[in-house]
Amino acid sequence: MTGARIGVITFPGTLDDVDAARAVRYAGGEAVELWHDDADLRGVDAVVVPGGFSYGDYLRAGAIAARSPVMGPVVEAGRAGMPVLGICNGFQILCEAGLLPGALVRNQGLRFVCREVGLRVEAATAWTAGFTVGQDIRVPLKSGEGRYVADTATLDALEAEGRVVFRYTEPAPNGALRDIAGISSADGRVVGLMPHPEHAIDALTGPGTDGLGLFTSVVAGLTTAA
Amino acid sequence: MGSDALTVRDRQVSPVPGPVGPPVTAPTLVVVTVPPGPAPVHPVIPDTPAAPPAPDSVGRAAATPDEPQPHAALGLRDEEYARIRAILGRRPTEAELAMYSVMWSEHCSYKSSKVHLRRFGETTTEAMRARLLAGIGENAGVVDVGDGWAVTFKIESHNHPSYVEPHQGAATGVGGIVRDIMAMGARPVAVMDGLRVGPLDAPDTARVLPGVVSGVGFYGNCLGLPNIGGEVVFDPSYAGNPLVNALCVGVLRHEDLHLAFASGAGNKIVLFGARTGLDGIGGVSVLASETFAEDTGRKKLPSVQVGDPFAEKVLIECCLDLFRDGLVVGIQDLGGAGLSCATSELASAGDGGMHVDLDAVPLRAENMTAAEILSSESQERMCAVVTPKNVDAFMAVCRRWDVTATVIGEVTDGEHLQITHRGETVVDVPPRTVAHDGPVYERPYARPDWQDALQADTVAGRPRPTAPDEIATQIRALVASPALAPRTWVTEQYDRYVRGNTTAATPADAGIVRVDEAGGRGVAVSIDANARFCQLDPRAGAQLALAESVRNVASSGAVPVAVTDCLNFGSPEDPAVMWQFAEAVGGLAEACAALALPVTGGNVSFYNQTGTAAILPTPVVGVLGILADVARAVPHGLGPEGHAVWLLGGTRDELDGSTWAGVLHDHLGGTPPRVDLAAEARLAALMASAGADGLLSGAHDLSDGGLAQALVEAALATGRGATVTGPPAPGLDLATVLFSESGARMLVTVAPGDEPELARRCAEAGQPAARLGEVGGDVLRIEGVDALPLAELRALGEATLPAALD
Repeated sequence: MTGARIGVITFPGTLDDVDAARAVRYAGGEAVELWHDDADLRGVDAVVVPGGFSYGDYLRAGAIAARSPVMGPVVEAGRAGMPVLGICNGFQILCEAGLLPGALVRNQGLRFVCREVGLRVEAATAWTAGFTVGQDIRVPLKSGEGRYVADTATLDALEAEGRVVFRYTEPAPNGALRDIAGISSADGRVVGLMPHPEHAIDALTGPGTDGLGLFTSVVAGLTTAA
Repeated sequence: MGSDALTVRDRQVSPVPGPVGPPVTAPTLVVVTVPPGPAPVHPVIPDTPAAPPAPDSVGRAAATPDEPQPHAALGLRDEEYARIRAILGRRPTEAELAMYSVMWSEHCSYKSSKVHLRRFGETTTEAMRARLLAGIGENAGVVDVGDGWAVTFKIESHNHPSYVEPHQGAATGVGGIVRDIMAMGARPVAVMDGLRVGPLDAPDTARVLPGVVSGVGFYGNCLGLPNIGGEVVFDPSYAGNPLVNALCVGVLRHEDLHLAFASGAGNKIVLFGARTGLDGIGGVSVLASETFAEDTGRKKLPSVQVGDPFAEKVLIECCLDLFRDGLVVGIQDLGGAGLSCATSELASAGDGGMHVDLDAVPLRAENMTAAEILSSESQERMCAVVTPKNVDAFMAVCRRWDVTATVIGEVTDGEHLQITHRGETVVDVPPRTVAHDGPVYERPYARPDWQDALQADTVAGRPRPTAPDEIATQIRALVASPALAPRTWVTEQYDRYVRGNTTAATPADAGIVRVDEAGGRGVAVSIDANARFCQLDPRAGAQLALAESVRNVASSGAVPVAVTDCLNFGSPEDPAVMWQFAEAVGGLAEACAALALPVTGGNVSFYNQTGTAAILPTPVVGVLGILADVARAVPHGLGPEGHAVWLLGGTRDELDGSTWAGVLHDHLGGTPPRVDLAAEARLAALMASAGADGLLSGAHDLSDGGLAQALVEAALATGRGATVTGPPAPGLDLATVLFSESGARMLVTVAPGDEPELARRCAEAGQPAARLGEVGGDVLRIEGVDALPLAELRALGEATLPAALD
């Protein structure tokens, strides 16, 4: 197999699709454009749901996108074990689509926050296999509705099952419960996080190259599997 | 630039009554109630169906020459109204009156500034135009940046709406300038914002600044445009009249350049984007209230437009697909003056003939009159000229993006713009008379009688610190002052990463975006103004603004190539303000010529005042520079440990108007630093060549706060301290050396092995230069000043804005 084919979805209002596609290419994968209105995944091996303001986020963030045609097959494939990564608005969409538990609500300070944050990688998943558990990475966070919330039982379960994938190393700038920045599905194939690893793939344009590890992890996993 | 002047999409809402001449009793075309206090709340009357009144047709106008018209309430002087009647040979229809009044308003016609703005055209040589693919008169200037790439950039104001409704005013300011850039065929790639508000501790600043910042952020973030820099300035003169200036940068290939014109009879006029509503109709509601009785149930809608960045994001992608597929002959954005502006400008830029049917315009309110449809400033709309054979393909692209698109007319053989509504011709005008042949005024101007006294009141007599602890205390006071404190509170609300091409943003001197991902080519942009200097001497102040902007761009090693300006001033009816304006424009034009930098476009904003008190004259200057490879840009701040710190440029005793004078002595008087454009050009050339050759490991320009503040900022930028001495400056005490704001200076760092080469280049160029010391540690040690730990400096500065705004 020569390179994993990774779909990058564009909804109207998606902003970071070019960045996600670039990250896929930097990691040695092939980025495949997926369009919100197509109920077809074009035979991709994995999917990235990028950041932005899908459909303007005029309902709850991600709520409309979660019900768009392309998300039907994404949910189906994700449940069947296809690697799916939701970044920022993509994380919100995966929560709204029911692939991941919990929700993202307005930042505690009620303001959009754009800054570099430290994250600790706490679980090995399809998207983090290339990191060492416990490793600290730096990536940008940029969101207005990035505060992860869930009921206590869900939070306890996520912790117990090792599904907290990323935790802020400083107090969460958005007030996320238990400083949670990213979580995974039970099988570790579907991951969502608020910070933007696709903006940390080149020291020239971001805080460093730590974010690239998510994309190289999945590419390596897919290549090995083939 | 001739009569084309600058195009404007701004909506300047005048807080003082309109033009000179007979006093007007009703509000002018401008809309929003004047500060202070919130806009009045209008009762919302439920919509009840009312029979639309018969349009005021051209035929009816000809038949009823004596029907009184509210031209004065629309801001038109008696002689302007008479001229319209003479042009048309009859009274204008209601719709025509609406079009002329808005297009002949100050913000669309530049009637007070035109005679002065001609200076830019007169001083621009052919050599300066060499890089320009489009210049003043187009929606935005377009500059060749090499390798087949072009960049378009422009700055505009949205001042008055941002006072009335800070969030939406600022948001739609960003939206408007982005559409200007789109109208050139470019992909918008970055924005910047220049914000000026009252003192940080003034009560209203806590309303205005957070609102403006959230508006700029909301719109720019949702559009996916990185915000790469700008300014935040606090001054009492802006307390009742904040300035919100927004700049957008766009990128295109040479062959994709699109200009706004309509030619080719039979070509279709397509309106696409948002539907047209009653929002932002402004003063034309004067007409509506005459037409509709109070009880017919018109809903009052806000005069400040409401932005929908999602609609604009979709519109951007839609436009780029339309350009890519070659489906557009001409394109124009809809901003200030809405369809009045778009149709008359498109038509007059073509052969003149155009027919538009307002019944085809998709509306979001019922029973809108022709005047309302033509004047609506509903956001997120564009107008394109499309050949008949491409209309279907055009519509298909719009459908893909769920963008509403409608053919509303076509280019005709005639020379008139004819607009029909409900079957009647409601507009029949030579379009040029609307768009370009507006009135031109030679407003009286005179040097204010207080200018001499202001210049005589220098800061020279005020005490300057001498003891090491005193100087350190003053440095700390400056670091923590609102004037110089870090703008993190603001910039953290802006996305700087999106699209992955931002290689520098605030607090770097210039924002840098990569244009060509493969080759690394990019541009550096900075916007600057020092209104305090302008108050002391508007001519020198405008030149110093240009010099600082050039320096900021040059600090990255970029080669400055073009200028855009946003000229914010008080009332042109005040001869003192008009003098400031004339001086600033003259000075800027002269300085641009001296530095061989063409002004490619911009905007004038008058009537920035509270009562009779004008803002400080604020000509904001944006400079665009080219970097052959952004990866080789000179980094911002102090370079690695052990590198040498050098100061390029000479220091004089120039504390008048300085931040030191303002912060430590609450003083503004005297004369600003000397303008030395030859020195600025020499410094910029040296930075470009040394940068390109990789000689410099760090740089930071000197401006507000002088050498002391530059050292602090450069150290904090990279977290590395330094041990330095002041440069040799015969006859000057250390405080003067540290706080003076002499121009044409730059702090650079250089690897020890490269110092001889830097010294050689400086000697060869005649560039004054002095070695100050070395980079190292986590403390800033200046000989003769108590040590300043970086952690303390950082904490001091970072606390200032949050303490006031959180």
